[in-house]
Amino acid sequence: MSAGAGQRNFVEVLGARLIGSISYIGGMAILLTQAIGASKATLARSSGRQAIVGQMVRVGVRSVGIVCLVQTFIGVILALQMAPPLEPLGQVHQIATIIGIAGFRMLGPILTGVIISGFAGASIAAEIGTMVVAEEIEALRAHALNPVRFLVVPRLLATLVMMVLLTIIANWMIAIGGYVTALLVLKPEVSAGYWALMQENLLLRDFYSGLIMAGVFGVLISLIACYEGLKVRGGAEGVGRATTMTVVYSIVSIVLAAGVFTTIFYVFEF
Amino acid sequence: MCDTDTTERRPVIRVVDLVKRFGGRAVLNGINLEVHPGETIVIMGGSGCGKSTLLRHMVASLFGDEGRVELLGQNLNDLNESGLNALRLRFGILFQSGALFNSMTVGENVALPLREHTGLDEQTIDIMVKIKLEQVGLREAADLMPSEISGGMKKRAGLARAISLDPEILFYDEPSAGLDPVTSAEIDQLIMDLSGKLGVTSVVVTHEMDSAFTIADRMAMLDMGRMLKIGPRSEFEALRDGPETGDETGDLIRQFLRGDPEGPITARRLSTGYEEDILATAGE
Ligand SMILES: Nc1ncnc2c1ncn2[C@@H]1O[C@H](COP(=O)(O)OP(=O)(O)OP(=O)(O)O)[C@@H](O)[C@H]1O
Ligand SMILES: [Mg+2]
Repeated sequence: MSAGAGQRNFVEVLGARLIGSISYIGGMAILLTQAIGASKATLARSSGRQAIVGQMVRVGVRSVGIVCLVQTFIGVILALQMAPPLEPLGQVHQIATIIGIAGFRMLGPILTGVIISGFAGASIAAEIGTMVVAEEIEALRAHALNPVRFLVVPRLLATLVMMVLLTIIANWMIAIGGYVTALLVLKPEVSAGYWALMQENLLLRDFYSGLIMAGVFGVLISLIACYEGLKVRGGAEGVGRATTMTVVYSIVSIVLAAGVFTTIFYVFEF
Repeated sequence: MCDTDTTERRPVIRVVDLVKRFGGRAVLNGINLEVHPGETIVIMGGSGCGKSTLLRHMVASLFGDEGRVELLGQNLNDLNESGLNALRLRFGILFQSGALFNSMTVGENVALPLREHTGLDEQTIDIMVKIKLEQVGLREAADLMPSEISGGMKKRAGLARAISLDPEILFYDEPSAGLDPVTSAEIDQLIMDLSGKLGVTSVVVTHEMDSAFTIADRMAMLDMGRMLKIGPRSEFEALRDGPETGDETGDLIRQFLRGDPEGPITARRLSTGYEEDILATAGE
């Protein structure tokens, strides 16, 4: 009898989780639809455009240093890890190609996304959550001001744009990290042919596919952050929970989305 | 026991059989209330009895499970978002915490509704903001951030923002809670000024009895999601100052108005079987 009860419990928990996830994703989809609908109104106003620029500064300036640091080391690590297995094949110079593909297509956008989740995502969730607790969101509505137009759209667009820009910077840093490693550690011919080989073997789409993903990550991060922030109930505790969940869900969704995108790119040979 | 006001003018606010449940528990359980043009009505009741929830229904921030709220002749349930927004421009709310936008200065807070909802140029808006801030005695604080001003100033700044679009109705949630007696009296004075000079209809939620008896034309007593009594201030004064009658409702209101430590409210709390509760837990 207790086994039956346990089983039912398990099914119930599973069901509740499933319903919870579906309604979470549904809630985010609704928020995204509202944001797309409101974005015209935000862009039409100078106050809205100012807000977007302000958010871009906030998202970008704080994270650019960390992005550069982390991504340079990724370039270094890739070069050092790939050189030994390529050595016996006489292909050490190919690290330029490997760094280009692994960096531009995956590590650039994904790691930048993770960094932005921590910096911008968490702080957006905390900010909006605090506004909910302080009745500021309710006050916006009471003044017939749409919180989506006012808060969500600027953060969404700013994060999207900054993710793409930061990823471009990140790609450069990975490439430079690899080059410096080649220069200092590896055989001279590797560094001599590094940039030429990268240019020769990389297609524009290797570059663009990473940037498309970066833009999608930006939307995911800001959407999750705004959604978690707006969902906050019950004081400072709720705000803390929202920031933690934003980082966790952002990272999970970034990796899942990267998987989906890579599969799509692979199937369509993009 | 119900509405004793006999004005023939159409009510500005009508709450009809309003029911609201949170997770199966009825927080508002069939509320009826009418508010007439120009009057100040005070809604009283113990903590958690549903005052703020009722207020949120009147300002279209929450919607009931049953019944309806009519504001300025329109049923809120029938309006879409843009209809509600049009209506929202006609009333102002002073939130319990002031609810200032913390990323803006006091002046910008007051200017925001003007910037967003009127076609006025910046210069005119500047003048309007000064006028509104002067009305609440805060003109010097225009350039301060909300984090730099006291609780009483926040309330006043919130009030300046609430009146920025010259509303017809003003809602106040605990306007004097947490303020010192002088500041609280100042806020009372402001509320009376606004209704006296501008003819604004006011709905005030409070459990500060001094303040309630100062500003109210009519009073309403809410208890456990039900409206116990609505009547002119004089009736509540008579009830407060009169002797006990043995009438349960009357005695309950009297205890609340006087703030007595003993009476029907406290008796009710005690009678919800402590022993049974303990025994039931032990028996599990
Ligand atoms: N969004 C909500 N979800 C669930 N329960 C709620 C919600 N809002 C209010 N309640 C519950 O409804 C009841 C009434 O709350 P309300 O805030 O209206 O009380 P109140 O009379 O304003 O109290 P106070 O004087 O303390 O401000 C409380 O028990 C509260 O827990
Ligand atoms: Mg309240």
